[in-house]
Amino acid sequence: MANIYPSKANHTPEATPAKKLMQVDLEAVCEIIEKHGFKESSLIGILQDIQARMNFLPRKALFQVAKSLDIPLTRIYGIATFYKAFSLEPRGRHTILVCLGTACHVRGGPRILDYLENRLGVKSGGTTRDLRFSLERVNCLGACALGPLLVVDKKYHGGIKANKIDSILKKYR
Amino acid sequence: MIHRITSISKLRDFRRCLQKERDGNRLSVTLCGGTGCLASGAREVANAFRRELKKQHVGREVVFRESGCHGFCERGPLVVIRPEDIFYQHIHPRDVPEIVAETIKGRIIDRFLYVDPPTKKKTIHEGEIPFYNLQKRLVFGSNGQIDPKKIDDYIAVGGYRALEKVLSEMTPEAVIDEIKKSGLRGRGGGGFPTGAKWEACRRASGREKFVICNADEGDPGAYMDRSLLEGNPHSVIEGMLIGAYAIGSQEGHVYVRNEYPLAVEHLTRAIDQAEEHGLLGRHILGFELSFTIKVNRGGGAFVCGESTALMASLEGKIGEPRAKYIHTVEHGLWELPSNLNNVETWANVPIIINQGAEVYSALGTAGSKGTKIFSLVGKINNTGLVEVPMGITLRQIIYEIGGGIPGGKRFKAIQTGGPSGGCIPESLLDLPVDFDRLQEVGSMMGSGGMIVMDEDTCMVDMARYFVRFLQGESCGKCTPCREGLQQMDEILTRICEGKGSKGDIELLEDLSQVMMETSLCALGSTAPNPVLSTIRYFRDEYEAHIKDKRCPARVCKELITYSVDPDKCTGCGACLKACPVDAISGERKQPHRLDEDRCVKCGACYDACKFEAVCVE
Repeated sequence: MANIYPSKANHTPEATPAKKLMQVDLEAVCEIIEKHGFKESSLIGILQDIQARMNFLPRKALFQVAKSLDIPLTRIYGIATFYKAFSLEPRGRHTILVCLGTACHVRGGPRILDYLENRLGVKSGGTTRDLRFSLERVNCLGACALGPLLVVDKKYHGGIKANKIDSILKKYR
Repeated sequence: MIHRITSISKLRDFRRCLQKERDGNRLSVTLCGGTGCLASGAREVANAFRRELKKQHVGREVVFRESGCHGFCERGPLVVIRPEDIFYQHIHPRDVPEIVAETIKGRIIDRFLYVDPPTKKKTIHEGEIPFYNLQKRLVFGSNGQIDPKKIDDYIAVGGYRALEKVLSEMTPEAVIDEIKKSGLRGRGGGGFPTGAKWEACRRASGREKFVICNADEGDPGAYMDRSLLEGNPHSVIEGMLIGAYAIGSQEGHVYVRNEYPLAVEHLTRAIDQAEEHGLLGRHILGFELSFTIKVNRGGGAFVCGESTALMASLEGKIGEPRAKYIHTVEHGLWELPSNLNNVETWANVPIIINQGAEVYSALGTAGSKGTKIFSLVGKINNTGLVEVPMGITLRQIIYEIGGGIPGGKRFKAIQTGGPSGGCIPESLLDLPVDFDRLQEVGSMMGSGGMIVMDEDTCMVDMARYFVRFLQGESCGKCTPCREGLQQMDEILTRICEGKGSKGDIELLEDLSQVMMETSLCALGSTAPNPVLSTIRYFRDEYEAHIKDKRCPARVCKELITYSVDPDKCTGCGACLKACPVDAISGERKQPHRLDEDRCVKCGACYDACKFEAVCVE
């Protein structure tokens, strides 16, 4: 069954082998905070920039944000878990988005997600153990004419059928 | 070097200059660069055109333009050749050299022309295609003519004329009066009269006032706001400027959905250009008006489309709505008077000012004036964005503009209003579309998503889809919404799995009543709409699931089984390869077997089979 809480619900320990090894570039974090003028109201923007740069929100980076803005870590954690744009776990090298907007839903989107979940062995929101793919469901990308729609790293694959997926995945290492 | 335009007469001179440069008789190739066409490969087509024009040395004779979304996403990538308005569809980069060569000679290439599915007639001109010629493209019309990355294009087609008029001829009160007279109602879903909102915000006291544009278009299957921001960002900026003048604001915010990177890019560029030209900033066109706009990217939360949640999010907080009795026009962003309108509403403002309220309000019905852009998607031949006058019937939209249902299937329902809307059955297809009539039949206008469903769509599954969507998006602040949706999901899942029991339908209705009356914001209070409307019009489907343990549309996984018909199976092995769980076995050229215990009912074999040998019961 599809997981309706993307990314946050997946806290499986085996999905994070690279986490410990990862060096967090705190200088970059400070730069981002500075760019936003140390403003608490820019918290969402700051986190978005960190996420864009590091592909997730490393714990150390969040500590730095709390210190620089002088706000409690819990508030940052609240924001980071409320908004779907953020992930506290490292993401895969490639992100697969399965559109489950209404138009894609009626055209068979859930079957595509099912297939991918079975094939990759992860639920939506999860990342494969080899950090190759992160699987996400998204509520409409606004390319409804192409439904059901699958997007891998910004490349759109429209009118997708389950039997075409394997050949698409092969292209991404 | 761009010079700041410091007065209205200079802006008019500049426009005249631009119009002179732009000879209407010059050959131009316009490619749709909306997200839909980009997803079908328009970027490669654009590169091919630029390369080819250079290669054939016709860069001077032919103007190439990458415009915003034209709306006919189904046929993308789209190319329109002006001045003749020749319409080509499904263009591939390999077709480009031929198009360039033939166009120069004035010849039309037959195989790229649009063929009308019912009549099989070929159409040459854009305006003759039924999809376009039944529309009234007031707001959306310029999209196909301008390059959204160039402010010059917008000014040349008459952009910022409404701003000129407002600044030179009208007092703020007169502007508000004009908007009130036009009958414009909020296009984001609420349908609140825009003029009244502006007036309340103007009257409210506060040291600063804010003008906010809601571009957090979260409804699945709706993308008109994105197409406007991507394709004609200056029309939204102009609308906000006029709003700022009328309300007395100096600071504007646009809250754009995180999933719309191209909209953010085009809007940011448009704001920069407007600032460079002196159309944003201090003392705009030499008048008292000073106004700046900031772009904020959303964090990916549906509830942030709600006005109070959006403002909380703008303040850098968790996007939770608050009670409605505190009005945002008095205490909004940072507790200061704030006027929030949606993208499409803002884009309507310059049109009303230019045309005058009387002309504008001549379109539409008694309670709903003007046009509305709908995104017509789902099981429909012509997927795309359509702008129609209020009061047009659903039947006209679906069958005349939309071209009917593909594959000869039967129409079942149309869902309007996003997750908070309802499903409308075939018997109500002659309903005129406006704010009030849609509400009467248990649905709503919403932001304008229209999802067409055919006989293969299960209405119980559909209701569960929306409930589940909203459950995931509920912020969790108030109990009726948070717990109510979870209970609804459980009941609907039970029904879909064939474990429903007598009384479940009544239970859903009771629960709906409580949620509608007690939820804090519109997300919760309208959440039961999809459930109630499907119960109201498709009760038999619920009963089939509960009593007969049967899904009439053969969608609900627990109620269907897959099998291979040995008579039809040729043993080609396509299904065997497609199965992710190895539930299918068999020798080559021998009929295959499907192991029901292993089958996860993903449907991959059904899609893979070319001989209709995989059956769903």
